[in-house]
Amino acid sequence: MPKKQFRVVFKRERCKGCELCKAFCPKKLIEMDTQVNAKGYCPARMTDQSQCIGCQSCALVCPDGAIEIYEEE
Amino acid sequence: MKPVFQYTKGMTEVSTSYCPGCTHGVAHRLIMETLDEMGLLGKTIGVAPIGCSVVAHQFMNVDMCESAHGRAPAVASGIRRVHPDKVVFTYQGDGDLASIGMGEIMHAAARGEKFSTFFINNCIYGMTGGQMAPTTLIGQRSTTCVDGRTREQAGMPLKMCEILSTLDGPAYIERVALCDPANIRKAKKAVRRAFETQLSGKGFTFVEFLSICPTNWGLTPPKAMEWLKENMMPYYPLGVYREPEVQ
Amino acid sequence: MAEKVLMKGNEAFAEAVIRGGARYYFGYPITPQSEIPEFMSRELPKWGGKFLQAESELGAVNMAYGCGAAGGDGFISSSSPGIALMQEGMSFLCSAEVPLTMLNASRGGPGIGSIQPGQADYFQVTRGGGNGDYRIPVFAPASIQEAINILYDAPALANEWRNPVMVLVDGLMGQMMEPVLLPEPKEPLKSSDIPKAKPWAISGSEKGERSVVKSLRLQPEVLEQHVEKLFEKYDRMERELQRVECTDIEDAEVVFVAFGTMARLATEAMELLQSQGIRAGLIRPITLWPFPYGAFDALTDNTKVVISTELSMGQLIEDVKLGVRGRFPVKLIHRTGGMLPTSLEIVDKTKKILEEVR
Repeated sequence: MPKKQFRVVFKRERCKGCELCKAFCPKKLIEMDTQVNAKGYCPARMTDQSQCIGCQSCALVCPDGAIEIYEEE
Repeated sequence: MKPVFQYTKGMTEVSTSYCPGCTHGVAHRLIMETLDEMGLLGKTIGVAPIGCSVVAHQFMNVDMCESAHGRAPAVASGIRRVHPDKVVFTYQGDGDLASIGMGEIMHAAARGEKFSTFFINNCIYGMTGGQMAPTTLIGQRSTTCVDGRTREQAGMPLKMCEILSTLDGPAYIERVALCDPANIRKAKKAVRRAFETQLSGKGFTFVEFLSICPTNWGLTPPKAMEWLKENMMPYYPLGVYREPEVQ
Repeated sequence: MAEKVLMKGNEAFAEAVIRGGARYYFGYPITPQSEIPEFMSRELPKWGGKFLQAESELGAVNMAYGCGAAGGDGFISSSSPGIALMQEGMSFLCSAEVPLTMLNASRGGPGIGSIQPGQADYFQVTRGGGNGDYRIPVFAPASIQEAINILYDAPALANEWRNPVMVLVDGLMGQMMEPVLLPEPKEPLKSSDIPKAKPWAISGSEKGERSVVKSLRLQPEVLEQHVEKLFEKYDRMERELQRVECTDIEDAEVVFVAFGTMARLATEAMELLQSQGIRAGLIRPITLWPFPYGAFDALTDNTKVVISTELSMGQLIEDVKLGVRGRFPVKLIHRTGGMLPTSLEIVDKTKKILEEVR
């Protein structure tokens, strides 16, 4: 069975840069952008989508509905 | 691409007004996701409190009203009389519910009112800028106890699940924590159980969410999560305080 | 068909508001109106309505706010100190434009005061009491029949204006019995009809549009706009809701102004004076807000003095002075603390005042 591929989509403008997703990603795949969004926060982004295991930890702790996760078909 | 996790349509598109990392956003989402999954969004009436979440109606995509400080359980009792077939809930913080609204919550619970109360306990008054709450822990600093709360000066913090579980009215009481992905999953199960118990007509249901207030605690959100686990959980033990089946 | 029956005030008030369509009652016991919650607990379920005894007056008014916000036609009653607690809710009800019928059986104050009839709630009910810019129409009937007629219309009036409506009585009116005509019961609003009848009410968003009932407006420009909109409504109320009864005022040299129980005593005093050849008249405001200031324009140069006759230390007199606009001297005859003057006492005091002003 081939390894499942996931795609984590960050809604850059919804993110408030709280870093909870980054703290709870078991694979440490999330980093904060150095460029601010329109709200003035440094939003979260993925470093390496291919390593994502689809555990949803980031989306579960996100208070701002800034994260969506898809499975590649 | 197959969606694995999407933002629920139970929440409006409006970005919340809460501070970065505030778990109001998580609690909102869990309640609305559950209503969405149960197909109840159109049949639900919510009551917002006074506090940061006075504006919850901007984000929760159901019919809602505001209530005066602490009075949400009385307001919900009135709504319930008019709409016995709808799903009704209140969403209240610790100052609102456990201080000024103590009379209303106790009597609504004692009457076994058929609505659900979601109680956000973050041990502080958030909206007014970090004053001591009825739930502020001994030793915890706030703007009205800058050297930390003392038993001598302010008495002991209130444990609402324990207090309410002395009453015969409630059908279901559980305390959960919004401090990590595993506990957030458990919290969602509690929300679902509250609504299911409400629908079964067994009586009052109450879910307490141990929550963080990074801004007024003066901690980063990840550090605040740790502080919750280390300080709140020992004083406010998680678990079911009233099982619906036992009724 | 309307029925003629002998009824005690408090029970008649409750019966009238049920017949007027109210189906939800929230209350907390307080003398001298506790017979209203007692009657409601017994009778309302027979009409398909719901009675809920609240944990406090704060609870009661907020239950009523929830009921009204959800589209129900609610009723609450209390007495002076209880009404003071309910002011929190009144401010919210007005801002959120939630209809409600309220009754205040006012008693002697301040503080816990006495349980005897008093009118020292005049400022409390006409000047707000809660926070912010708002207005509540206040009706002050002087007989049980008049109270019935007003309470029968009150739920519809509250709905028409999307505003609370208050009826001010006192313990004397609550306790006395009078033969009254009970009007034909109105068809109440069913819960299932609320989404159509009151689309603004919170009844579940499956009706179409999502409803939000609120009073918070953090942006000052938005709040100012909202309050100005409310005041357009209050201005219309001032024009359309004023009610007053004037007796023999055209040629009167002394004109009493009195409402409620005191108007009954002032009427007797007026008749006694007339029988003694003194031309006396009476202006009886039936609405205390909006106050019928225009009624004073009908006073002629025959008038020597206008006397505010009240069961308080001089509260009504402020509106009397606004109505008189300096045209005549304005004097006060009053008792307070739950004391009532006799009509002879009013006559004697009036004669002394007439000697002073002649």
